[in-house]
Amino acid sequence: MNNDLFFDFTVDKAAKKVFVTKEFNAELSLVWDAFTKSEILDQWWAPEPYKAKTKYMNFTVGGKRFYAMISPEGKESWSLQEYTSITPKTNFKMKNAFADENENPQLPGSDWDHTFSEEGGKTTVKVTIYNESLTRMENLLDGFKSGFTQTLEQLDTLLQSLSEKVKGER
Amino acid sequence: MKINFAKPKSCAYICNRLVSNSFLKMRRDIFQAIADPTRRAIIALIALQAMTPNAIAENFHTTRQAVSKHLRILTECDLVKQESRGREIYYSLEIEKMKEIDEWLQQYRNIWESRFNQLDTLLSTMSAKKQAHKKQKK
Repeated sequence: MNNDLFFDFTVDKAAKKVFVTKEFNAELSLVWDAFTKSEILDQWWAPEPYKAKTKYMNFTVGGKRFYAMISPEGKESWSLQEYTSITPKTNFKMKNAFADENENPQLPGSDWDHTFSEEGGKTTVKVTIYNESLTRMENLLDGFKSGFTQTLEQLDTLLQSLSEKVKGER
Repeated sequence: MKINFAKPKSCAYICNRLVSNSFLKMRRDIFQAIADPTRRAIIALIALQAMTPNAIAENFHTTRQAVSKHLRILTECDLVKQESRGREIYYSLEIEKMKEIDEWLQQYRNIWESRFNQLDTLLSTMSAKKQAHKKQKK
């Protein structure tokens, strides 16, 4: 990532919120498009080696986006988003939930709020994600739950038993 | 010191492709290593006691070669360590390294970093195209 551009990631566990702020070296209209047009979203939303594939996206209030994160092995993890508020080039809000391939959402999901602002040719995006259940890794590791959540849960249990074992030996 | 050259599909190879940043690379190593169900099962198995590759392979419906490959990837990621006892090699878990996986938030942050890294690149391409388009119009 370009180090001259501001990036901040914080978590407020008590409020069950994740805050992500990022500055981009581009004009606001381009950044807005990058967040709100599926053909652009699909090019950057999934971190390598994952791929994002949008099946459909209707960016209007009440409209939905149905997309998958595809692992290198070809495993698809679907998510369903519904836009609840749109103020063009300023803000949009959506509800996000993991889903099966038939668009059935798995609740609880998360509420996302995006705010866009431009200053001196640079655009800042502030993302706030409210999770109904922050402790659930499904919510935190959005789209990477295939296998990974299970792993983390297993490791969590494992680490706990290991640290108890270490304590016991002392 | 033994030097392991990265082979395709090995942990190091995948990571080198993933991110250039060395800090991220280390994290991604683990991320990739535990993405595989067999490797997760191996981790769970050797967490209890150090085991030889043959003893590990007995727990899986797979070849000894396949288990060795998984062990190699886990070793490259420093998630497991080898120890020779007589003629046998025993594999056990690197507990300190495993604790790194406990840092859920770091993982999540890495996802955002990787994502925005891609968007930075994309936006600079888009901006350049837009500029070129404006010039053409003039």
